[in-house]
Amino acid sequence: MNTDYQITQNRAKVRNRWVKGITYALLGVWALIVLFPFYWMILTSVKSYSQYSGEFVPQFITLSPTMENYLTAFTAVPLAKYLLNTVIFTVATTAIMLVVTVLAAFGFSRMSFRGRDVAFTVFLSMMMIPNELVIITNFLTVTQLDWRNTFEGLILPSVTSVFYIYLLKENFSQVPDELYWAAKVDGTSDLKYLLKVMVPICRPTLVTITVLKAIECWNSFVWPRLITDDPEYYLVSNAIQTIRESGFGRENIPAMMAAVVVISAPLIVLFLIFRKQIMSGVARGGTKG
Amino acid sequence: MEKQNAKGWLYLLPAMLFLGVFMVYPLIDVFIYSFEENFNSVSQSYTGVGLHNYLYVLHDPYFLQAVKNTFLLVIITVPLSTGLALLISVGLSSIKKLRELFQTVFFLPYVTNTLAVGLVFMILFKKTTYTDGMVNALITMFGGESVDFISGPYWAKMLVLCLYTTWVVMPFKILVLTGALASVNDTYYNAAKVDGTKGLRMFTRITLPMISPSVFYLVITGFIGAFKAYSDSVALFGTDLNVAGMNTIVGYVYDMLYGASGGYPSYASAAAIILFAIVLTITAINLMVSRKHVHY
Repeated sequence: MNTDYQITQNRAKVRNRWVKGITYALLGVWALIVLFPFYWMILTSVKSYSQYSGEFVPQFITLSPTMENYLTAFTAVPLAKYLLNTVIFTVATTAIMLVVTVLAAFGFSRMSFRGRDVAFTVFLSMMMIPNELVIITNFLTVTQLDWRNTFEGLILPSVTSVFYIYLLKENFSQVPDELYWAAKVDGTSDLKYLLKVMVPICRPTLVTITVLKAIECWNSFVWPRLITDDPEYYLVSNAIQTIRESGFGRENIPAMMAAVVVISAPLIVLFLIFRKQIMSGVARGGTKG
Repeated sequence: MEKQNAKGWLYLLPAMLFLGVFMVYPLIDVFIYSFEENFNSVSQSYTGVGLHNYLYVLHDPYFLQAVKNTFLLVIITVPLSTGLALLISVGLSSIKKLRELFQTVFFLPYVTNTLAVGLVFMILFKKTTYTDGMVNALITMFGGESVDFISGPYWAKMLVLCLYTTWVVMPFKILVLTGALASVNDTYYNAAKVDGTKGLRMFTRITLPMISPSVFYLVITGFIGAFKAYSDSVALFGTDLNVAGMNTIVGYVYDMLYGASGGYPSYASAAAIILFAIVLTITAINLMVSRKHVHY
């Protein structure tokens, strides 16, 4: 009996090892599929133009990497200008969003006033309004206000995020009331209490929504495309599209890839720094796909 | 707690202003636009009220092409990406070594610019006179015939679009499913082990029912997201999607609004409302199906 048991146990061990092996192989293949485009864009961006055009069958490595494409990317098109525009857009939109969101979340969680619960329900129901429906009127509004090709036109309609108000309100509600009454006894004003107590306590959530909004801004394409046709106000996504259709000459793919690397790098760095916050925030209600 | 009526509303004021101007008003307005016939945005005038805009859109071959593309994309990518994400998540939660690393890598597509990486996909799949491109090089290596996936036959373009869309939506799905798998209580597995339950049965009888709400959530959001596909297609085929024959419903809305074919906000509104009606219907069907199959 003892040997029988050992045989069974050994068989199970071998089986387990196989399952483990197949699992790692599967995960490895997917990792390869995810990473390959990144590898390819970096690889292509360091190939010289002549080398790239000379390869009928693309080579998987290059022995003579060059940085000249990055120089071309910044000189042949105003890539630095596009990056600056995107930074302005991202910082301004995120900052205004933060102020609006913090105030609203505080109002909903800490204040007690007539109509609060009804207002909150109305806010929540707005999460279901698809962007595609409201963008048409917004486009016409901005056009009528003569805000096309301005930062106001880019930023203001992109500020609102009901979901972040909801997320922050939930977090604010967890702060014990005793803190508020203690602050009141000390004669602290509501606004001061919000800034000195609530905001520091809820910092992790604030970091999460800030980073998520920043990513959203950096990648936004549809709205900027609709209301900017002056390259002076292009954001990186539109720049990529323009570069693809006219800049560099259509054929200079290594320079294009250099621009793609420059545009993608900031977000990847941001992700590696705030990995935990981003992933937990997205798990709680991100929507992409 | 004493009432702080005025003060309370004051805190909400900025949010209400932004939402009112850029969300509530446009939502009402889009329905009005969709019924105003021959609306002119310069003179703000229209000739009548009726269903003309809807009829025009529904008879527009470009719109029908966009509907066909969008439905194909939805039907292919939602099951494919959900199934693949389930497989990968189960794999992820069964290992300990390298798990964090894999999770980080798998999440990368979420934080990349869709337009930028789409360009890389285009280059990988494109075939020009002076290069076959990476994918075609692989195909010919295995004895196949090279195809231009970017401006070639319809099925090839559709294939790339589906592959790229799947690549883009996977991180979110993997993230949600690994979270769901981690929250399944070990007690169930241990009880099943005591009863001598085999691996696959354990998966279908315990794991799947326990995570079914998450799977279902992904199917619903997947449907909604795929119906709104647009950027992926632009990234691969350029902004002239009607010419490429790869437009999506959302793309049709924007093309009607702006660009070479633009200037028709009424048609755009009608198309957007049709899209919204489709999404609402599908979501309702999904919810009805879920009542029968999802264990909460």
